[in-house]
Amino acid sequence: MRSPLVPEMATQEVQLNETLSHLKTESETLKTKLEEERAKLHDVELHQVAEKVDGLGQFVMKTRRTLKGHGNKVLCMDWCKDKRRIVSSSQDGKVIVWDAFTTNKEHAVTMPCTWVMACAYAPSGCAVACGGLDNKCSVYPLSLDKNENLAAKKKSVAMHTNYLSACSFTNSDMQILTSSGDGTCALWDVESGQLLQSFHGHAADVLCLDLAPSETGNTFVSGGCDKKANVWDMRSGQCIQSFETHESDINSVRYYPSGDAFASGSDDATCRLYDLRADREVAIYSKESIIFGVSSVDFSLSGRLLFGGYNDYTINVWDVLKGTRVSILFGHENRVSTLRVSPDGTAFCSGSWDHTLRVWA
Amino acid sequence: MSNSSFASSSLVIAQKAVKQLRLEASVRRIKVSQAAAELKTFCLQNAHKDPLLTGVPSSDNPFRPPKSCVLL
Repeated sequence: MRSPLVPEMATQEVQLNETLSHLKTESETLKTKLEEERAKLHDVELHQVAEKVDGLGQFVMKTRRTLKGHGNKVLCMDWCKDKRRIVSSSQDGKVIVWDAFTTNKEHAVTMPCTWVMACAYAPSGCAVACGGLDNKCSVYPLSLDKNENLAAKKKSVAMHTNYLSACSFTNSDMQILTSSGDGTCALWDVESGQLLQSFHGHAADVLCLDLAPSETGNTFVSGGCDKKANVWDMRSGQCIQSFETHESDINSVRYYPSGDAFASGSDDATCRLYDLRADREVAIYSKESIIFGVSSVDFSLSGRLLFGGYNDYTINVWDVLKGTRVSILFGHENRVSTLRVSPDGTAFCSGSWDHTLRVWA
Repeated sequence: MSNSSFASSSLVIAQKAVKQLRLEASVRRIKVSQAAAELKTFCLQNAHKDPLLTGVPSSDNPFRPPKSCVLL
């Protein structure tokens, strides 16, 4: 004999399923509406607006310094605000601070894990942050005493439940923003290690992040394996804009210097430009001959040039306004994994799986 | 997981998705023509300050080797 409770549970289940399908329909309707609203304002292409702008001449950019010393793939690098020091991290667990002018190594730390996928210089120049397969982000104060064991002063700041993919200090040494394979980003207080805000919304590993230029306010952009680039409000933890036009993982995101747009680089072999006020993709930087993924992107100071490091060992330089490639740089002997323009825009540095870093100007 | 608890957690997820989409739909947008014009203006106004774009003389760029002096 059937229990009298069974029909009631069955009704509840049916109601839940109906509400669920109603919500799914609403979801689809909203998505379509979003695309329609965005499309209405798509009255022109960026390169059309830039038709009358003078084309760029020939670029002569060469490797001016080669930094050798890592024993394995270089995974990440960052510039110090002093425009000459660089921190880099590698698959072999080493984090090295270099003087890029002289190519001397100033500090070296061995992390307890391999694959140190993220590193960042503190704004003061007095510390570096790094992490990777240890799922943490740790801060090392840099000592003036070269003999001092940096590892002894290490401070564990962030704890994720999967690998650390990227980290960045905010505009002070006091807070760090992290992204992780656990699908979240998080903001941490360095001194206490306290979690200040977490950012949920990516459906898969988050691979990269970039903070908006300080004049623009408290937002940052992240990119992930879900092919989405999300813009976040740092105070509320809210995702305020989301872009899903890439066809594969987004490996790198970088704000345009004005803060009104950002570029992304993806495994789909394209770089794209998204304008935040038009709320849409406004340019794609691609060529049929480029079939390897982009690992990292950065803008020159004026935003006119976009540098992309690729898995085919090259660096492509794009005219951001016209959408054309202006230069292709050879030199690395394996994938380019990381790329940053120096703080004063006089040079850029690339790191590679060939164990070296190169400074180009 | 029983059928009903699976359905109710899917419900929470679906509710969040709808809420997020409503938020994104409410964003104020400007036309691409206006946005693009402003990107272009920014580039052009800052072009002269962009060393990688304009190229700086080797003597000013710490990374470029200075040209050697020829003593006559």
